[in-house]
Amino acid sequence: MLTREQWTEKFVEVIAHASSQLPPDVLEALKRGRDAEEPGSLAAKALDSILTNVEMAKGNWQPICQDTGTPLVWIHHPVGMSTRMLTAAFEEAVRQATAKQLLRPNAVDTLTDKNTGHGQGPGIPTVHCEEWDSPDAEVRVILKGGGCENCGAQYSLPNAKLKADRNLDGVRRCILDAIAQAQGKGCAPGIIGACFGGDRGSGFVESKRQLLRRLDDHNPVPELDTMERDVLDQGNQLGIGPMGFGGKTTVLGVKVGNLARLPASYFVSVSYMCWANRRAGARITPKGEVQWLN
Amino acid sequence: MAKLTLPCDEATIRKLKVGDFVELSGRVITGRDSAHHWLIHDFRKEVAPFLKDSVIYHVGPVVKKHEDGHYTFVAAGPTTSAREEPYQADVIGKYGLRGVIGKGGMGTKTLEGLKKYGAVYLHAVGGTAQVLAEAIKEVQQVFQLAEFGVPEALWVIRVENFPVVVTMDSHGNSLHAEVEKSSKAKLEQLLGLTS
Repeated sequence: MLTREQWTEKFVEVIAHASSQLPPDVLEALKRGRDAEEPGSLAAKALDSILTNVEMAKGNWQPICQDTGTPLVWIHHPVGMSTRMLTAAFEEAVRQATAKQLLRPNAVDTLTDKNTGHGQGPGIPTVHCEEWDSPDAEVRVILKGGGCENCGAQYSLPNAKLKADRNLDGVRRCILDAIAQAQGKGCAPGIIGACFGGDRGSGFVESKRQLLRRLDDHNPVPELDTMERDVLDQGNQLGIGPMGFGGKTTVLGVKVGNLARLPASYFVSVSYMCWANRRAGARITPKGEVQWLN
Repeated sequence: MAKLTLPCDEATIRKLKVGDFVELSGRVITGRDSAHHWLIHDFRKEVAPFLKDSVIYHVGPVVKKHEDGHYTFVAAGPTTSAREEPYQADVIGKYGLRGVIGKGGMGTKTLEGLKKYGAVYLHAVGGTAQVLAEAIKEVQQVFQLAEFGVPEALWVIRVENFPVVVTMDSHGNSLHAEVEKSSKAKLEQLLGLTS
């Protein structure tokens, strides 16, 4: 069994990976985007710069983006492990990672408007703990910046303006609208995590959890797999392009989940993730051996 | 690729057009949400000379403080400029800025301001914090650090060959307005919303 201090050490490593090492599937999607753009265009040059940046961050173990975002954390833990301990260990890891410039001091007290200076505050990071049967623990982290978080959107169906009824076609319409509303402001080409159903809170949490998925995976629900492909294709037809410069690469991936809903409610919650989908995961054995996921 | 040395005069800025690639060298000041609010609510004479004929960079950097007290930028890509839309044109006019570096573009009020005062919007590639930090050679001074914190302070920096694209010029042209118009027309078509 690891001590709380040892958990903190492991979590700092996971944060370092997330902040500086872009997952390979995201890198591949960016390269495909660059190859699809007209040589010499603003879109191609933006993607070239992005690819250079990804390599620099990786080599130097420095933040890919200065907005190291909100650390969104999901931990699966063995039976009987204290979730208060795990949460406290992760909060301490955020403070240590901030002191090492792996993270920016990114928590502002909303009453005094002062930056806490150490990256941590109520609600930052957000840690979700879930018990499972394995003796190992698994931690998955996304660093989600503010620019893309501001582009998130939530719809209540039906929506007459979008001709969106309470069905899968209505969901598709909302996601496409969210991509169009975001333009380049969320650092396109973006990755879309969406959820239909749930309440206003749980829907957004699930939409973010969808961002943990690899871009090249398949949704096990056939209807949703089809929707993901359709929205990806149609989103790229919008022509917003990298940074909103115009071009063929507007979205790198679309991931859709669903929750049950109340009879009266039908929410579609859309989270926009920037191209820098800083996702990292590790499986940690009781002895502290780390296996990197992704 | 055009080169632009800062500070610069109005005539130089008026020559720039949407789509031009520019490499900036010289003195730049950073400022984002708290800074714009602060700049507009009084005339801040201590920072005014750093704004005059230069550009303001919308960025919240990751900064390292070294043992001897000097600072370097560890990561420093642009933040979303749209949040400064209510203030930007007035800040440009009040302090004689020649431009703004940011990402995502700005709206009609800023576009009018650029035209009126002779300034441009320079788009840096969002998320390229390492590429851009490498072009920031020196941190010369900082204002409002204790009050605003690291991301929101006004940092006076020296840049060399800092790469940007003009996406809004001083003649009323905006790439962002064009892309928004065409993409929303396409959305209407895809959703069958066109009457």
